[in-house]
Amino acid sequence: MSTATTTATRKVHLIVERQDGPNSSPYKEEFVVDYKPGMNVIACLMAIQRNPVNKSGKRVAPVTWEMNCLEEICGACMMVINGKPRQACTALVDTLEQPIRVSPARTFPVVRDLVVDRSRMFEALKKVKAWIPIDGTYDLGPGPRMPEVDRQWAYELSRCFTCGACVEACPNVNDRNSFIGPFAISQARLFNAHPTGAMHREERLEALMGEGGIQECGNAQNCVQVCPKGIPLTTSIAAMNRQVTYHAIGAWLHK
Amino acid sequence: MAKAQSHAEFILRRLHTLAGVVPVGLFLIEHLLTNATATDGAAAFNQAVAAIQSIPLLHFVEFFFIFLPLTYHAIFGLYVAFVSGYNSGQYSWRRNLMFTLQRITGIITFVFIIYHLATTRFSGNAPTYNMVHQLVSNPAYFWFMIVGIVASTFHFANGLWSFCIHWGITVGQRAQRITAWVSMVVFVVLAGIGVDALIAFTHPA
Repeated sequence: MSTATTTATRKVHLIVERQDGPNSSPYKEEFVVDYKPGMNVIACLMAIQRNPVNKSGKRVAPVTWEMNCLEEICGACMMVINGKPRQACTALVDTLEQPIRVSPARTFPVVRDLVVDRSRMFEALKKVKAWIPIDGTYDLGPGPRMPEVDRQWAYELSRCFTCGACVEACPNVNDRNSFIGPFAISQARLFNAHPTGAMHREERLEALMGEGGIQECGNAQNCVQVCPKGIPLTTSIAAMNRQVTYHAIGAWLHK
Repeated sequence: MAKAQSHAEFILRRLHTLAGVVPVGLFLIEHLLTNATATDGAAAFNQAVAAIQSIPLLHFVEFFFIFLPLTYHAIFGLYVAFVSGYNSGQYSWRRNLMFTLQRITGIITFVFIIYHLATTRFSGNAPTYNMVHQLVSNPAYFWFMIVGIVASTFHFANGLWSFCIHWGITVGQRAQRITAWVSMVVFVVLAGIGVDALIAFTHPA
């Protein structure tokens, strides 16, 4: 009984950076919600949604955000929490310093509040052809097998869910630079490693040498620090640097 | 459907990292070692200078192997520093701090080299021990030189680390961690050689 009383009186203090629309100016709004054991930032945002009243008691529009899986495998709820881009679903209140500061990942265009438009990531994946073309007008038969030793590390890269944390933390993704971002380079490595994907290896390398490509990486290595899936992004970048170096010199000598 | 990709930016960036190590970095080491002869006295330094002066086609070598790559690395480097973002306040991880420092030391070195050249190579004075001694006798110039030596040797040493990644030499995390330590040893050794030589020049011939 006494524990129930104490949990009921405990509060969570949040400072949310809001924005009403793509072109409106951002503002900070404070909220206080009831603490529940084991709650995450999503649970706090849901509490605000149920009772959209700010700290000073004024009724406001509920905070909007994106979410889907709630178990860190979809990447949709990436936002900046206490200064670091991460998934709101695994941001547990018990492990966060209060007040919890929540803001949208501003490296992307903000749609509303914490919702951002991550189309640039899709464009980057299209640019580096981050897929394996298997469609044809007839049955192409089974593809070549992948060695188990390669499959093991390639699996790590395949866990990327395009959340955009690496793009948010990268200093070279900014308005003066067209850098496609760390994740796309890692995905190019993943599909170059696949025996069927390797059939389009040169096209990916050419894209990586193009505008906003791998050369824009400045090795600040924030990407590998913020990746929620622990993907070795800096290793991927260096590995692709090697492939691109060989490709560039090789292509030049073949002409 | 597929547009032909322009590789201009890629080539300019790769040439920038290459120029920083191969002609410019090697020249930095050579320059610091020549200066280090000053620790053996004025005669040793003047003799080392005379040996350099005896290189055939010296102006040609100087222009194509030092001046041209140095100017390219410097001008393109300013562009790189401008298009980089700076967020080491928000993300103060070691590598991100080094990323910021690399750009700051680059700009310090840029300013340093211009003034350094104006007061030595393009001053009209003969490159002798006495000329350097006169310059470093001024405490402001001495400390300016200290800052320049520390900034340029840091920029070179840390640049070696990222050069190894840019060219795909060090791929794994362990390899990158080891070269990070090696690069800091290179920095301390080169900065030590440079400062030691500078102190030697403060003694009258």
